[in-house]
Amino acid sequence: MTTNPSPFSTCGGADHTSRRRLLKAAGCSGLAWLTSLGDVLALDAEKAPRGKPAKSVIFLYMAGAPSQLETFDPHPGSPIAYGTEAIATAAKGIQIAKGLEQTATVMGDVSLVRSVVSKEGDHERATYNIKTGFRPNPSVVHPSIGAVICHELDSSGVEIPTHISILPNRFAARGGYLGAKYDAFSMYDPAQPVPDVSPRVSDARQDKRLEALDVVEAAFQAGRPAHLDDNRTLHRDTMARARRMMTSDQVKAFDISLEPEATRAAFGDSPFGRGCLAALRLVEAGARCIEITLPGWDTHINNHELHAKHIATLDPAFAALILGLKERGLFDSTVVLWGGEFGRTPKLNALEGRDHWPNGFTLALAGGGFKGGRVLGATDPNGENEHPDNPVGVDDIHATIQHALGIDPATELMTPAGRPMALSDGKLLHELLA
Amino acid sequence: MERAPDSSQTLPTPTRLGPFWRNALFLSLCAAGLGAVGWAYLTADAMPASSLLSSLQSPKSPATAGVSDSSSPDLSAEGKAGSGEYPDLATTLRRVNAAFETQWTEAGLEPAPPAPSLTVARRLSLALTGTIPSLEEVRALEEIPEEERLTWWLDHLFQDRRHGDYLAERLARACVGVEDGPFIIYRRSRFVTWLSDQLMTNRPYDDLVRDLITSKGLWTSEPAVNFITVTANQAAVDAKKKGPDEVKLAARVTRAFLGLRIDCMECHDDKFGDRWKQEDFHQLAAFFAGTDLAPFVGVRDHDQNTYEFRFNGELKPRPVEAKVPFEPELLPADGPLRARLAAWVTAPENRSFARAAVNRVWTLLFNQPLVDPIDDIPLDGPWPGAMEVLADDFTAHGYDLRRLIRVIAASRPYLLDSRSLSDGPPVTDAHYQSFAAFPLTRLRPEQVAGSLLQASTLKTIDADSHILRRFMRYGQQNDFVKRFGDLGEDEFTDRGGTIPQRLLMMNGKVVDERTQENLVLNASTRLGLLSPTLEATVETAYLSIFTRRPTDAERDYFITQLQNVPENRRNRAMEDFYWVLMNATEFSWNH
Repeated sequence: MTTNPSPFSTCGGADHTSRRRLLKAAGCSGLAWLTSLGDVLALDAEKAPRGKPAKSVIFLYMAGAPSQLETFDPHPGSPIAYGTEAIATAAKGIQIAKGLEQTATVMGDVSLVRSVVSKEGDHERATYNIKTGFRPNPSVVHPSIGAVICHELDSSGVEIPTHISILPNRFAARGGYLGAKYDAFSMYDPAQPVPDVSPRVSDARQDKRLEALDVVEAAFQAGRPAHLDDNRTLHRDTMARARRMMTSDQVKAFDISLEPEATRAAFGDSPFGRGCLAALRLVEAGARCIEITLPGWDTHINNHELHAKHIATLDPAFAALILGLKERGLFDSTVVLWGGEFGRTPKLNALEGRDHWPNGFTLALAGGGFKGGRVLGATDPNGENEHPDNPVGVDDIHATIQHALGIDPATELMTPAGRPMALSDGKLLHELLA
Repeated sequence: MERAPDSSQTLPTPTRLGPFWRNALFLSLCAAGLGAVGWAYLTADAMPASSLLSSLQSPKSPATAGVSDSSSPDLSAEGKAGSGEYPDLATTLRRVNAAFETQWTEAGLEPAPPAPSLTVARRLSLALTGTIPSLEEVRALEEIPEEERLTWWLDHLFQDRRHGDYLAERLARACVGVEDGPFIIYRRSRFVTWLSDQLMTNRPYDDLVRDLITSKGLWTSEPAVNFITVTANQAAVDAKKKGPDEVKLAARVTRAFLGLRIDCMECHDDKFGDRWKQEDFHQLAAFFAGTDLAPFVGVRDHDQNTYEFRFNGELKPRPVEAKVPFEPELLPADGPLRARLAAWVTAPENRSFARAAVNRVWTLLFNQPLVDPIDDIPLDGPWPGAMEVLADDFTAHGYDLRRLIRVIAASRPYLLDSRSLSDGPPVTDAHYQSFAAFPLTRLRPEQVAGSLLQASTLKTIDADSHILRRFMRYGQQNDFVKRFGDLGEDEFTDRGGTIPQRLLMMNGKVVDERTQENLVLNASTRLGLLSPTLEATVETAYLSIFTRRPTDAERDYFITQLQNVPENRRNRAMEDFYWVLMNATEFSWNH
């Protein structure tokens, strides 16, 4: 591997430690266009979050869009509840839907934004919106929150992928204009070990194979653009990162079987629960952003029945994740974001389903720099007023999370098309910040 | 967002089959699968590898293996091209090539040299069958005189059922997407098989598209109708009209068949100009107002139904008349709504139709669109010069897809190498963008899977003689494709490799099984045992994995490696050799 010009770059850290220096040598780097304009402005001390900024994000992504009414914004007894009841929580005055009993015990550490609005009512577009904080735009692909974090924060010393998508659907988090290097590492149910991280041959034989590969790669490079690997194929680059992961002790972070039986049980016997436990271990090992997908919330039929099923999966995992982060001293350095791409209609349809509703839905936030036990915004208990009080945009959520991580959302990066683009156009939600 | 509630995907109803029947079905499928795999192992071709190796004694030198004429090899010969079989082909090619040459001169780009014919054969196999050529095919191709190879190879691929199946799958992504759709009324596999049948008979493309737009009946007996039913919303809240979604259909028709993205206008007027109004889109959707679903009958027309929509800034929904957004004179005055729309879409004067097809076929062959994005071709130009020439040719020759493939495959850009000569300056990204060198693109997951399995068997995996084997191949492929990461519909984005892909190739089961010692199945073992010389071993491995001969440096390196191991460890060394080639960039990229 010694001949590889770009060992272990990107989300693994090596080029982060020297990112600024690297960029000064613009022209020789394939990443030259990523010049961070914001870099020239020192982080304004006043703007920086109080205390130490958070270092990681865990995004519990509810694919298909859960109903706010059956989760964190119930309106018990109102005509739009259709029988959904509410329970008290550890946070005084905050009620959440019945079924989330374990989550209720940690609500003192969780804040809710019940008035999120967006203009995207289509799954694909809204998923893009929720993951990137921008609406889809034909001329540029925005990076997901995890890609932004990996690009902005230093991860030196971390030998496993730092941007991870557990149980992804077809919209796994992407690097967008930051490049495919920042795409999330996709993995499935952590019940199985991460596939293919163990070499099938001895180290010596592997080294011999890789030496032979250099001969073949040299033949392929001849006559083709310089920095082919860096700029286009990422072949040896990803191979080096894969190899680094294979030989690292940190790869154990993926292995939840190393956790005590009781801990595993607390997260629930589900792929999602195991994903949350793996996320906890991965954050501990230094990963920057992990998204875990829990699908099936697109309940156009039998809304209540299907929600009850998914909530039973969500409840133990969510509560155990918050408790686990606190136990391991990671809560203050990890932002937890929960939510789907939009909410669901106040009215139940003829098939007892709820349809798409981007006009007032709930996102939950906890940990790193966020206050707990707060509620921002409110929806109409009768479902008549389509506009919630104190509406919050998806971009505001992104901007606030970036701020909590010590990243200035106004930082501008240059897209490949030469257009400066802020990390987020949202406003900070000061009410939620500790 | 007025339509948001009913424009959504729905969940399949969870209790469709009783648990008993589901289990029974599952078990019987498992049994059938095991049986098939077992049978395939038993009957695995005990082909005489020696016969494939025999022609090694007189290999053509790599230097002369290139296509001799840089512009258009055999087809430029007036004798053949000008006469009956492919009328006007030479003229079209001259015009296409001239358009590119002008563009390159203006951009100051020196085009890459012509690619070796084996490289072109590899590109075509990947594009048309989803695999690389087998060693057997390479040997057969090398028997053909250099100047006839392209035509011979295309004839060969067009006869292969795999080309119908593979192209059908690729085209289906544009027509019906990759999602499962509403299961009760949608059968994606029937649709793909039907499409494959149409491609195998080379049905004129305009005829095919008219069939899709106007199809009626049941999704099971009339496979084309799945184009309509995939959009159906089983759980439509607004129960006035169950079934096909006019908005999704209008979006599919404009994107897939006209190369226009006007579905953004569903919710608003054009924000990037004043070309399109919200009304344009909904007037198109209105052509599907009468398209309905009925029990036992399937898709049918009820043209008295009206389509209503509440436009931005208006208080109430109002009926929308079926109208086309441009060239209204091409729309027949009478007839059922869908038939009128189909006639307008496929009218020879409707240039967007031919342009969209040209761009799609071009993209399937190059893996890089001529106009990017593939389904966003400007209605009023400008277009690359070649686009108009190719669209003219496609229209003038009865929307013959095979001819279109032949024209593009014989054009100068397709025959260029993806590299410069070793002593010249390397090609640049600008070359790739302007097709002044064949673009370097990542292979799709199923192409990598297909190549992996093909490379390890020497003999062609074809649909006719290896049905059972193919079953096995697909069984293995699906898991691989998932892990490798399907790009979905959004399949032409320029992307690099990923860590899971490298892990899968370095340490994965499929590669391991395909390289390890296994006399029945694997080429690596057979070659190690049966090749007359080490030189032949190395060369044969290169031909079956990279579809080329090794460079001198590569040949010397691997011969030395193999020489240095004792006889009893030869198979292990062969495993390593195969592993290295399969883990190289060259194997996973189209070049």
